[in-house]
Amino acid sequence: MSASPTYSQPPAATAEEDGVVVCAVCSSPQSSTEAAENLYVCPACGAHSRISAHERIRQLADPGTFKVWDVGLEGRDRLGFFDTRAYVERLDEARLRQHLPDAILSGAAEIGSIPVGLAAFDFGFLGGSLSTAVGERLARAIEASAESRVPFICVTSSGGARMQEGVFSLMQMAKSVSALHDLAERHLPYISILVDPTMGGSIASFAALGDVILAEPKAMIGFTGARVITQATYEQLPAGFQTSEFHHARGLIDQVVDRRQLREVVSNLLRVLSTSSGDTAQSAA
Amino acid sequence: MTGAEGDGSASTEKMASAWAQVEGARHPDRPYSLDLIQRCLDDFIELHGDRQGGDDAAVVIGLARLGGRRLGVVANQKGRTLEERGRRNFGMAHPEGFRKAQRLFALAGRLEMPVVSFIDTPGAYPGVAAEERGQAWAIAQTLEAQLALPTPYLAVVIGEGGSGGALATLLADSVLILEHAFLSVASPEAAAAILFRDAGRKQSAAAALRLEAANLLEWGIADEIVPEPPGGAHTDWDATGALLRPRLEAKLEQLVKEGVNPTRRRERYRRLDGLFQL
Repeated sequence: MSASPTYSQPPAATAEEDGVVVCAVCSSPQSSTEAAENLYVCPACGAHSRISAHERIRQLADPGTFKVWDVGLEGRDRLGFFDTRAYVERLDEARLRQHLPDAILSGAAEIGSIPVGLAAFDFGFLGGSLSTAVGERLARAIEASAESRVPFICVTSSGGARMQEGVFSLMQMAKSVSALHDLAERHLPYISILVDPTMGGSIASFAALGDVILAEPKAMIGFTGARVITQATYEQLPAGFQTSEFHHARGLIDQVVDRRQLREVVSNLLRVLSTSSGDTAQSAA
Repeated sequence: MTGAEGDGSASTEKMASAWAQVEGARHPDRPYSLDLIQRCLDDFIELHGDRQGGDDAAVVIGLARLGGRRLGVVANQKGRTLEERGRRNFGMAHPEGFRKAQRLFALAGRLEMPVVSFIDTPGAYPGVAAEERGQAWAIAQTLEAQLALPTPYLAVVIGEGGSGGALATLLADSVLILEHAFLSVASPEAAAAILFRDAGRKQSAAAALRLEAANLLEWGIADEIVPEPPGGAHTDWDATGALLRPRLEAKLEQLVKEGVNPTRRRERYRRLDGLFQL
């Protein structure tokens, strides 16, 4: 939800006219070229800025290996939804601004020369929310990975359900989990990478079901956003509530990985996971 | 479109209809899960606990019989007295409640029992302790457990079907919904807070979300609307049970005959929105 006040604002760097990028957390400046070289992580304080799906794939996939899936697949306004604006207007605007048909980009790629299916959410597209088209693209990416017998990697940055698609959005949780069975059936690994923020219906379905779950530092992750919890329960929120580190300490995330190491960590995981098990009951028979 | 509140979201008529649905589903005298289980199933025996250290009273599980068959039962449970409301947490489950449901699905699979679920929850509990213990993970795993259940599975929405909390016991082979019950991506209050930054605009949100039972039937998310007695379920619990019981019995019989399996159930939820059929 781009209009959602539910989730905290990003530690986003702001681009100045002269090509200087200022860290939203510590105000350290760097040139836009340096910012790109640093993968949009502040070299002074380590804050991870939100990045687009296109940039995420540029950072993770081996250069020149990404081949996009389902280029023309777009959703539509099933409910004729109008809140303060027409949903169709919001959609058109987001498509133009983010250069994406909806809030996810998926395709075949290689990481460390190992072929994978790769999907990345785009938080700039209506808060990376789970629309019917996003759910469909995600399910197809999972199925295409299973079909090609390659591991599946999903980088999620999503506010959760897309209110403007009502119960159809809710049902994408079921759709994505249904599709994941195709990977399990073929004993193929699914690596889920959680990025600021991963909330609501996204973390309560596909994003929580990775065989291995990684998260970027200080990402906000949780079912209900902090503001809603405070309003509903008047509870005091503990320090570091709903950060990657908070969930890691509680056994819900395998590793918190700095973006600058992410590609190497994923590549190492893939190398181990792609090695034959050799002596499992089935192959020993 | 002309908006009653100047936002074009819905006509007064649409708002009244959607809001009546919400108020009907939330009526304080409406029969809750145990009231209907008592009237629709035979010999209900409640089981307790998730076998991992918790027993969330917002979720009830157990064994029962219907039409000569044994069943696993899982239900959201609201409280009626002040004490019981607190104990049942208004029907809002913590992770222990979702893990209790997973235990029931595993048990039913092992003993080859069909499952009937009763849905009546505002949603999963939005609190610190729930988040600390992995609320989102618990819901996700419950979705997976439902889709893996090897036996026939029937769900009935009897009141509020709120968000991911409701979805955790909804992914059945067939879904029934009572006439005045609803299913929604978020509570109308939460949706209004997000869409209009004003929880008070709940009636507009309810209308825009089109959460009425009739729409769910049209979209194929529900398979059948079960009528309520004149005036609504809250006027006569016995009559409500008498209307529901034969529908449960008939649907269950049909599912058992069809020999449902997890592959077919996953296919249903994979293709449900019908927008991208190949």
